[in-house]
Amino acid sequence: MNPSNYVILSAVLFSIGTIGVLVRRNAIVVFMSVELMLNAANLAFVAFARMNGNLDGQVVAFFVMVVAASEVVVGLAIIVTIFRTRRSASIDEPNLLKY
Amino acid sequence: MTDTAVNTGEVAVFWICSILAVAGALGMVLSRKAVHSALWIALTMINLAILYVANSAPFLGMVQVIVYTGAVMMLFLFVLMVVGVDSSDSLIETIKGQRLAALVFGLGLAGLLIWGIANGLAETNSVGLDAANAADGGNVQGIAHLIFTKYLLAFELTSALLITAAMGAMVLAHRERWTNPPKQKDLSIDRFLGDGHPGNLPNPGVYARHNAVSTPALLPDGTPLEESIPAPVRARMDAQPVDHADVRDVHEIAEGAGE
Repeated sequence: MNPSNYVILSAVLFSIGTIGVLVRRNAIVVFMSVELMLNAANLAFVAFARMNGNLDGQVVAFFVMVVAASEVVVGLAIIVTIFRTRRSASIDEPNLLKY
Repeated sequence: MTDTAVNTGEVAVFWICSILAVAGALGMVLSRKAVHSALWIALTMINLAILYVANSAPFLGMVQVIVYTGAVMMLFLFVLMVVGVDSSDSLIETIKGQRLAALVFGLGLAGLLIWGIANGLAETNSVGLDAANAADGGNVQGIAHLIFTKYLLAFELTSALLITAAMGAMVLAHRERWTNPPKQKDLSIDRFLGDGHPGNLPNPGVYARHNAVSTPALLPDGTPLEESIPAPVRARMDAQPVDHADVRDVHEIAEGAGE
């Protein structure tokens, strides 16, 4: 088996995450899809680190995890705040910024 | 250089975990309820952790389990509980043909990426991380060496990022009270002057044959009292009318006791 299979798996997961972001209307599920895309990118980083034989890819994946964790915290706080005012977690609802 | 790291065991691990990971991702996108999506993506993340370990990244594998399946998914489930578990997706398309277009776009993206990667990396052999891991005495030591030398500035910046994120979450989730909290007297006045039921609601029916919470209590005249069923159960019963077979049962029992 070629180690590039890991990169192909990451591409598949990234595409599923993209479809999830585009199709789903629940803000929390959209967020989960973004997390899936970040995880797929991490898998590609780890696989590339192994192909190249140095640990830099793993360090970058570690930083991606840190950034993803803080992104989740702020994003979920925003979702909760919007839910409190609009009583809805659908991403079609908050269109107030348009006007 | 040939890759000696991929042995038969790893091939088996790869296929099992990759199939499970893709299944979890598909389940996340396809399941209607948000809680089911969260559980599916937890499956994906655990399998990705196993794949990290298989890729000689044991540290990242453990961090994946602790941070993603532990902290991030717990946070997701917590927010789902706040927002409401039954907030399932609407199936109405706001933009016409958006779903089909998204599917075509996603499949096209997958096709392009896979085609490009398969062509570009077909001849590549991986060096393997055995030498890099052994250089500092282990995977954790190697990553620590890089973080505290080459990536020190980025590492320091992540601390600022984490503090900012924690502050931001606190500010966003904080709700300022504009009025004094209601006292016991106010609550009592509200309860008795309001429209609601002042006291406890009657318990659901507990009979010889039925003691489920979905069985209504009977009023003295034999009519079932729907309010005695707990509201969540009533909502789950989907506005079903009260089961009159139960009521008949109760009458039969009452007649039998009189004889």
